[in-house]
Amino acid sequence: MDEEKDEGERHKIGAPHWTEEQIKRRRQRNLAIAWALAGFIVLFFVVTIVKLGGNLANRPI
Amino acid sequence: MPDTAISSERAETLPDGGMGTARDFFELLKPRVMSLVIFTALVGIAVAPGGIHPVIGFTALLCIAVGAGASGALNMWYDADIDARMARTENRPIPSGRVTPGEAAGFGAILSVFSVMTMGVLVNWVAAALLAFTIFFYVAIYTMWLKRRTPQNIVIGGAAGAFPPMIGWAAVTGSVSLESAALFLIIFMWTPPHFWALALCRSGDYEKAGVPMLPVVAGEKKTRGQIMLYSLALVPVTLLPGLMGFAGALYMGATAALGLGFLWLAFGLWRTRAGAAQEKAAMRLFGYSIVYLFLIFSLLLVEKLTGLGAFPASALLPAM
Repeated sequence: MDEEKDEGERHKIGAPHWTEEQIKRRRQRNLAIAWALAGFIVLFFVVTIVKLGGNLANRPI
Repeated sequence: MPDTAISSERAETLPDGGMGTARDFFELLKPRVMSLVIFTALVGIAVAPGGIHPVIGFTALLCIAVGAGASGALNMWYDADIDARMARTENRPIPSGRVTPGEAAGFGAILSVFSVMTMGVLVNWVAAALLAFTIFFYVAIYTMWLKRRTPQNIVIGGAAGAFPPMIGWAAVTGSVSLESAALFLIIFMWTPPHFWALALCRSGDYEKAGVPMLPVVAGEKKTRGQIMLYSLALVPVTLLPGLMGFAGALYMGATAALGLGFLWLAFGLWRTRAGAAQEKAAMRLFGYSIVYLFLIFSLLLVEKLTGLGAFPASALLPAM
């Protein structure tokens, strides 16, 4: 039963036959994607502020 | 063809993905090509009339860089079979087995969509449309259609590399103009002598890979002649920015002098015969061509930043 569960856990991460090295590289790639997405969000935020410019303070209260 | 694609026996030894590091994926973006794209696009942004907020300008530059990188990744995906057969490219991420073709295709496609959409939403849709067209042109017209079919591949395909300053210009003005077309033409006319000089030294590689580069199809003598002809056409084109009034006397003087240097090296190559002398002359022209393009665009940038461009080239002409 436990063995079956373990097998299930391994399949959950999607790469049952991956070596330690592959899993390490996947982690590196995941981090790179996370940083890229964070940068993307910051970029949209900053550009939005720039485009709103002085109008940011002019909204009706 | 016995060794097309990454042949089946090699494919069996390759892992089914997941081996690439973040660095391997960065390599798919062809960072060295990207640096020239970024620089020429920056000049397009800088010399365009009117201004752009630095953050929006940076965003446009980032989108152009990522879009160019994405088309590089798609090019490596499609050309993995010929890359594996050439010494210059056999260590690229796909032929060396570090990244699978599927991973590269997905990576390139996602970055293409993101770069174009971000350009459209944050900068403007004219620049985004030009960026999308550039990616399409490089991947579909050059890589998939022309590269393996005609020795004119890099003449027409060179347009893809010539678009970045035009996209930069469009990011500022929201339109395409004759001035930005002049910047396009400079890179467009520069590409054939630049690549054919390299191809003269690598024709064995191209022949092995089955790519019909001009020296392979038409011979070295004809290639040297074509390099000379395109060089003669290139030099007057580089003077267009001054004649059209958006570059000054410094640009015109320095560009004319640099152009004479280009013609001298092209002439030297034209006079040589096959062998070591030809290879030396070709590599000298190839090296010079990179510096040449960099300096021409640097001059435009320097004039714009220092205000020297305000001194018109016409002031040097005799009074009528």
